[in-house]
Amino acid sequence: MTELNQLRFSKTHEWLRLDAKTGTVGITEHAQEEISDVVFVELPKVGRAVRQGEEVAVVESVKAAFSIYSPVSGTISKVNDGLVKDPGAINRSPYEEGWIFLLDGVDGKDLINLLTREQYDQWVKGEEKH
Amino acid sequence: MRDEVAVTKEPLLPTPSTPHSPGRLLEPLLSDLHRPGRRAFNLPTLDVPSVPLERMIPPPMLRKDPAPLPEVSERDLVKHFMRLAHLNFSGETNFYPLGSCTMKYNPKVNEEIASVAGFSKVHPYTPEENIQGMLRLLAELEQLFKEILGMDAVTLQPAAGAHGELTALLVAKAYHEKKGRPRHKVVVPDSAHGTNPASAALCGFDVVEVVSTARGRASLSALKSVVDEDVAVFMMTNPNTLGLFEGEVLEIAKLVHEKGGLMYLDGANLNALLGLYRPGDIGFDMVHVNIHKTFSIPHGSGGPGGGPVGVRAQLKPFLPGPIVVEQKGIFRLASPGPDSIGRVRSFFGNTGALVRAYAYIKALGKEGLRGVSEGAILNANYLKALLKGHYPIPVDEPCMHEFVASAKELKSRHGIKAMDIAKRLLDYGFYAPTICFPLIVEEALMIEPTETESREVLEAFADALIAIAQEAKANPGKVQGAPHRMPVTRLDEVTAAREPNLRWR
Repeated sequence: MTELNQLRFSKTHEWLRLDAKTGTVGITEHAQEEISDVVFVELPKVGRAVRQGEEVAVVESVKAAFSIYSPVSGTISKVNDGLVKDPGAINRSPYEEGWIFLLDGVDGKDLINLLTREQYDQWVKGEEKH
Repeated sequence: MRDEVAVTKEPLLPTPSTPHSPGRLLEPLLSDLHRPGRRAFNLPTLDVPSVPLERMIPPPMLRKDPAPLPEVSERDLVKHFMRLAHLNFSGETNFYPLGSCTMKYNPKVNEEIASVAGFSKVHPYTPEENIQGMLRLLAELEQLFKEILGMDAVTLQPAAGAHGELTALLVAKAYHEKKGRPRHKVVVPDSAHGTNPASAALCGFDVVEVVSTARGRASLSALKSVVDEDVAVFMMTNPNTLGLFEGEVLEIAKLVHEKGGLMYLDGANLNALLGLYRPGDIGFDMVHVNIHKTFSIPHGSGGPGGGPVGVRAQLKPFLPGPIVVEQKGIFRLASPGPDSIGRVRSFFGNTGALVRAYAYIKALGKEGLRGVSEGAILNANYLKALLKGHYPIPVDEPCMHEFVASAKELKSRHGIKAMDIAKRLLDYGFYAPTICFPLIVEEALMIEPTETESREVLEAFADALIAIAQEAKANPGKVQGAPHRMPVTRLDEVTAAREPNLRWR
């Protein structure tokens, strides 16, 4: 099981797990719950250089299509091809099977702009009050 | 006072005589009704010399075997199509809270006018002298839209709203290029219709999204930080998709104009402005009209609609052609000038739809058009007042022609989503409102009753929604499993989207 405390989160509901300079990105449990059943995922091209906050992928659910923003800068090194056939993995297992892409060359400094699990949970609660 | 809501009875719709079972078609296809030798036609006696087919068509071009067309009797044919028609749940048979956003009531006088042979039987290649009536109607309709919109020029060419957006953005692009300063950005609020960013992207612009304020309006301060001299257009919907009037539109227009940008009005919600505000008077430089929304054109299954675009004088040279011109009392089609973006549609646009829009405007007149918007606003506010207290209204202020309620509380407490409410409404004999849009409201129910609905209909609809809220608490499973009384029950949308089965057999 993924230790959620080790992840970092964006306000646009992506999570990031950093191992050395490689980051894994997906969407949070809260996000998958909100968008409901995912039916299609548009994956980025491997080798593409992306900036923090840049739109990288699209997740389409029965409700609408949602943009996925890269939580940090880096180069796309791998994408989760399994999602093409089984987009429901994002709903079933957002932190494991449902990962979306890997980034190489991630600079740890980018993490300053991200939230810890606690901060993210707090932020989601605040959003819900609106 | 309507504090005590009479418990709305279980819907009285007849249960379909042939309940749907999975794998079984509700109505057999014509090919299933096929029996060799049956005919639904009866040709008159031949009164011209008989000629063998081979003499008229070269034998190699002739079929060897007859085409496999279904052979059915007239009786079977009529029964088949009447049954299909009875399965329709339409704006003609039931209340449609999708409103002008999708389709409002289509007055029948429009159909009568559109069926006049001079409009319905003309061919686009008919010589201009022989279609003077049609050309005059198009010329007059341009004038009517100029007046309604407060614009200096109008093109009737675009075939639909998003096509109008694309046309207007191409015009804006050409305008900025002509001034020698091509611009690259289009700004849209986060409550915008999805077509706005899509049209901008199709035109090659970068899309910049700005967040709305807590009151659901475009944020002037957020705009100040993004509007610079590279912004070609700010696309605004007013009233916006929450049904709220953008009260700061004049300040916003000033900001955009100071930087040399253009103000675009997405006319999807024009049904709230007729005769009250002219877009040209509140700072807009361009606007599209959805005649299949505001001007009551039927557009089942995606068309044909119409998306005329109005612009200010400085943008007129860039409009598409052909244009209708009058010379000595004769109407002609002329090519636009050298700066035109060119054609966007074949011939003269969707003329059948344009005739209906003309008939609608003429039948109502100035006062009538204003009455449309006043009625739409009054109905929306009345319905909102009836539902208040039963459904949260995220921005609870006087609305224009529509308002947005939320099923957020029902979802967190009882697991009932906006989708479940929409499906259950069908059982009560009402069509579902738009749900899950705008995206800035969680579990949104966007309700637009339009001007044509009576007080009784609005109250019956409110009663149904209130009854569903009560069911959600007492018997959530019933709502989650809805609809129960429709010919087709809840569809498996997830599997349909993930593993589409595109063959009927």
